[in-house]
Amino acid sequence: MFLSVLFYFIAAVLMAAALGVIFSRNPVHSVMFLVLAFFQSALLWLLAEAEFLAIVLVLVYVGAVMVLFLFVVMMLDINVETVHRNLTRYAPIALAVALLMAIEMVQLIWMRGRVDEPAVAFAAYPEGYSNTKALGSVLYTEHVYAFEIAAVILLLAIVAAITLTMRRRPGLKVQDISSQVAVRSKDRLRVIKMDAEKPQ
Amino acid sequence: MIGLPHYLTISAMLFVLSIVGIVINRRNLILLLMCIELMLLAVNFNFIAFSRYLGDDTGQVFVFFILTVAAAEAAIGLAILVVLFRNRRSINVQELNEMKG
Repeated sequence: MFLSVLFYFIAAVLMAAALGVIFSRNPVHSVMFLVLAFFQSALLWLLAEAEFLAIVLVLVYVGAVMVLFLFVVMMLDINVETVHRNLTRYAPIALAVALLMAIEMVQLIWMRGRVDEPAVAFAAYPEGYSNTKALGSVLYTEHVYAFEIAAVILLLAIVAAITLTMRRRPGLKVQDISSQVAVRSKDRLRVIKMDAEKPQ
Repeated sequence: MIGLPHYLTISAMLFVLSIVGIVINRRNLILLLMCIELMLLAVNFNFIAFSRYLGDDTGQVFVFFILTVAAAEAAIGLAILVVLFRNRRSINVQELNEMKG
């Protein structure tokens, strides 16, 4: 009972945060609402006993990805819309379609639930079950190739992000390391033979 | 009790909300990226709910990979956004019509 109340509360906050992401005018507020949404999702995953992913969501998303978003919002210097938000002319029909989709999906989900069986809780894990251990034992055995590909994808993201944003400014004074290293002493220093004093 | 349909409902509502966010937003490209993140979160909800329902941990491994790819996608998307802003001084969605798509 307590868990149900907690679930509904967190779900309500999650929905409110998602609405805030969509409808807030200031992009910084949007990012903050998105952080809230990710955090609430992590809590819901904890309630579903997916502990490892919940912690990963908080660490990776709230800790890294959302900070990246904040950095970009901060750097781009976008003027906050103070004027009335101009919705597109598709907005009414888009809202109608979305509402229809939501109603249909929710209805279908609950119909299936009622027909098959009443909404039962997830089966509890046995005593001493470790979610992290279970995930690791699957991840590093069955899905090890996918795991390595994921690592390569992350490397690709690093390379792509750096190459996209790197630029050379014209007129910037930089060292040319290779020519500095390749220099020989005879290029710089010239020894001349000459008399110590002028002949009389 | 809280079970599969509750999580699926949350997932469906999140997904629809993010679709609404993508369609009605015409100002800010960053908001589009954030809505895509929300959409991926909704998908992850589905995976976790079914993983718990069926008692199969593979679904959670899938969520792990989706998180990885989403992080990479966010990084590259933001990099493209920065380059775009550098070239055009604007990330207004309505002004991005050079390709006439």
